[in-house]
Amino acid sequence: MTPSSPPATDPIFGRLSLDAIPLHEPILIFTFLGVAVGGLVLLGLITRYRLWGYLWTEWFTTVDHKRIGIMYMILGLIMFLRGFADAVMMRLQQAMAFGGSEGYLPAHHYDQIFTAHGVIMIFFVAMPFITGLMNYIVPLQIGARDVSFPFLNNFSFWMTTAGAVLCMVSLFIGEFAQTGWLAYPPLSGLAYSPNVGVDYYIWSLQIAGVGTTLSGINLIVTILKLRAPGMRMMKMPIFTWTSLCTNILIVATFPVLTATLALLSLDRYVGTNFFTNDFGGSPMMYVNLIWIWGHPEVYILILPLFGVYSEVTATFSGKKLFGYTSMVYATVCITILSYLVWLHHFFTMGSGASVNSFFGITTMVISIPTGAKLFNWLFTMYRGRIRFELPMMWTVAFMLTFVIGGMTGVLLAVPPADFVLHNSLFLIAHFHNVIIGGVVFGVFAAINYWWPKALGFKLDVFWGKVSFWCWVVGFWVAFMPLYILGLMGVTRRMRVFDDPSLQIWFVVAGVGAALIAMGIVAMLIQFGVSIWRRHDLRDESGDPWDGRTLEWATSSPPPDYNFAFTPLIHDLDAWHDMKRRGHQRPVAGFRAIHMPGNTGAGIILAAISLVMGFALVWHIWWLAGLSFAGLIGGAITHSFNYKRDFDIPAATVAEVEEARTRQLAAAGA
Amino acid sequence: MPSHLPRSAAWKRLLPLAALPLLAGCGLVVLDPAGDVAKQQGDLILISTGLMLLIIVPVMLLTIFFAWRYRASNKEATYKPDWDHSTQLELVIWSAPLLIIICLGAITWVATHLLDPYRPLARTAPGQAVAAEVQPLDVQVVALDWKWLFIYPEQGVATVNELAVPAHRPLRFRISASSVMNSFYVPALAGQIYAMPGMETKLHGVFNETGNFTGFSANYSGAGFSNMRFAVKSLPPAAFDRWVAQTKASEGGTLDRLTYLRLERPSEKEPVRRFAAVEPQLFDAVVNMCVEPGKMCMHDMMSIDAKGGAGIAGIHNVRDIAYDKFAARGSTDIARWSLRYVAALCSSPLMRAERPDATPVNPERLRGEGLPVPGAGPGRTALNAPATRPMS
Repeated sequence: MTPSSPPATDPIFGRLSLDAIPLHEPILIFTFLGVAVGGLVLLGLITRYRLWGYLWTEWFTTVDHKRIGIMYMILGLIMFLRGFADAVMMRLQQAMAFGGSEGYLPAHHYDQIFTAHGVIMIFFVAMPFITGLMNYIVPLQIGARDVSFPFLNNFSFWMTTAGAVLCMVSLFIGEFAQTGWLAYPPLSGLAYSPNVGVDYYIWSLQIAGVGTTLSGINLIVTILKLRAPGMRMMKMPIFTWTSLCTNILIVATFPVLTATLALLSLDRYVGTNFFTNDFGGSPMMYVNLIWIWGHPEVYILILPLFGVYSEVTATFSGKKLFGYTSMVYATVCITILSYLVWLHHFFTMGSGASVNSFFGITTMVISIPTGAKLFNWLFTMYRGRIRFELPMMWTVAFMLTFVIGGMTGVLLAVPPADFVLHNSLFLIAHFHNVIIGGVVFGVFAAINYWWPKALGFKLDVFWGKVSFWCWVVGFWVAFMPLYILGLMGVTRRMRVFDDPSLQIWFVVAGVGAALIAMGIVAMLIQFGVSIWRRHDLRDESGDPWDGRTLEWATSSPPPDYNFAFTPLIHDLDAWHDMKRRGHQRPVAGFRAIHMPGNTGAGIILAAISLVMGFALVWHIWWLAGLSFAGLIGGAITHSFNYKRDFDIPAATVAEVEEARTRQLAAAGA
Repeated sequence: MPSHLPRSAAWKRLLPLAALPLLAGCGLVVLDPAGDVAKQQGDLILISTGLMLLIIVPVMLLTIFFAWRYRASNKEATYKPDWDHSTQLELVIWSAPLLIIICLGAITWVATHLLDPYRPLARTAPGQAVAAEVQPLDVQVVALDWKWLFIYPEQGVATVNELAVPAHRPLRFRISASSVMNSFYVPALAGQIYAMPGMETKLHGVFNETGNFTGFSANYSGAGFSNMRFAVKSLPPAAFDRWVAQTKASEGGTLDRLTYLRLERPSEKEPVRRFAAVEPQLFDAVVNMCVEPGKMCMHDMMSIDAKGGAGIAGIHNVRDIAYDKFAARGSTDIARWSLRYVAALCSSPLMRAERPDATPVNPERLRGEGLPVPGAGPGRTALNAPATRPMS
């Protein structure tokens, strides 16, 4: 299991050998066969219907923020299925392994699963989901034609994807880390994790981290520089505000993650002693550094969804958002405070009482702006006319679920209470309570809300409701037992249990996971049925929910250039204001529109990065060197590509807008 | 205020948390432990939860009420589409959570100081102060891959995966680890604290009941982590003395450095073992990472560093030191590495790079009984007690 010395390194293949294929793990072999067959069928279909050219020119090389946004969402969805499969396997193992039973997973496999579950759900599900949403919506909401750096956007997406692919490769070649999702040393150091698992972890996060950081920079600049005339900061839609804060957090914290992982990889590759037990290394420093990134990260995830809930609540209550200003200040407060709380993840490391109480109290202070936000949504509903469409249902479910997660979070911020609950299943229940109840519900609200904008037709309501109820009920059934188990003193990451009286709670949690699985299936059916019935569900108006912000001023889906004329902003709810003032669409006087051109550089550079990551994982030095040179060379070559923009002729714009006019007339608008 | 107040019983009756204490009967050890420290921590959970429910419950009820009342089909409800601001309401919105957090923050500050795991106990149970002459029982804890070693310096014995302690006597644990991070946790006794290699943490606690309990590692530490459990026996004092005598008379042999090096090799589901004797200073050698014969101790290394290093000669001496940089501790290769350890150049008294204990605080004063009459000068509380250690 843990070889005593590092594997030998071959000059050609590095540490890679046929032993790296996990032939002894039947679960992995069957997964691999499933993936291989499914993948071949998919590739076959693409070839049969001659879609390669279409995919390459229209999607893979696109610099259109809308298409990149959609690709991010697809990436998030695919990785979500993988992460959820891990969750189901864990639930099954923990429901079985009692009374001397070892369950069905050996430690080596189980430990990879919980590590991969955390890594995938945070980095390759939640992050692509929020980045995808921000990518799609923010430029539309601020009246821009694209993001500030369209090529960078494409590159960021493919780097994130390359990280995800490298992480998935570990499933079939070698192994993933068995360290927990934050890979604390010394366990993740060379002495205790001599194999490639931690290297896969490091390089998939490093590659994806490049994408995340660059997309953060891109969106900050976009929001600061590309707002339509008249949209002062305090007239920005709230989702754009939360996106701005999130991206500031990304740019400020992801470099910390990058540096921390770089130090860890120096320890593993070069023999430095940053985090080793001896030679003055300090594992505690790693724990501090990783949480200086890790805590802001949870606000990176939740803030954009707070924005979504605000948009949804205002739209479906048919009201202005209550307390916009205090909402903005609350968001900014949370952004700043999120840097001052990291130590609450390890009160049990032995800091003094004053340090512990400082970080405990700062943590509690965050609940004040968060509470204010909740009240703002509440009073947005007050004296409204609430339409319970799917996005609003998810929002109400969020409000009722999230407060409980918030409460248990504040509870864990009391250091002496944390001493008894730290690392327990109570903690697991808490953060799933806020991440599922906050982030995941919010993503579902957003998908149901903006799907018609992105694809031109609404989502099927029946299957949406089936999915909603399975998810919400399933969530409570799956995680309430974990709260109780935590109070019974059951700790996390356990593979087998002694006490048979605990088993019933794990079985209940497993039933909850099964309900959630049904919710996921119902959601996939919802997507399928909606695509099938897209002509019935067609949104001709571009504004299916009587929206308030600028994205609803465009057609569904919006034209490539978003806005034929950049709108002038007079009010916070710009589109609502335009509708009220009887705004007329311009129907003549169109001009050519200057647009960024597609490029294959992003996907190529990301593919080279993927090869380089793989080579570094397996110590294939010649390939790592070659791909690094290729990366630099590719970037330089790309900089000589002068064909990076084009003009949409005025005639084309006029044609598109004319079609839109006819569409609106036909819809009786 | 923290749970050792006599009013806490009344507090709990007021809590709208009827279900949780009920559940405590069926195995919620965190809320119904056998030790005074854990009991106070459990009560703190209930108090904080109750305090927060003061705002959570109304918010949840309002959410449901507003969602129902202002549904689109209810045309009788008032509809004010442009109402988006109310200064009074905003004040309430911000100040209501603020007030709760002020209360909770005050509780947190006091409770964190009183229940600091490094603070020697001032009482063993509500109303039972620890007399000045009572010495806590010292237990040295080492987390190994994947079992626990307990050394009783006072008694001169050691055990593996079994912690026997006398009830009602304050306990002081000095905790370290051999290879990776673990967390020492006996839920029935007191909260957990990390066990880290090359470092020492501390925990104080006391059992108020006799009986058998479980302890385990609460921080994932590798493949054998799940079975890193140990039996905890809280014994009447006489029975504890008998247990010590039996252990001393047992065939377990002496836990010396070589035995320790064999013991620390990774193993799972290790049965209970008892050692009749222990090599003195073994725990300090573990903390200073110099159990291997001839290996330089960390405190020596630090004292050399403090004097500006060992000069040119030192370069040759320190180059070959490797502790667990290339291979896990306890793996077979460690013997190979240990051949290359350098001998210590000089020796210095053991340096304790640790946080000194806080002074015990008598919580009686905090509940008001020990406070002087108003106007008679400030009373001594946990917050203005003379600082006997740097607040880190």
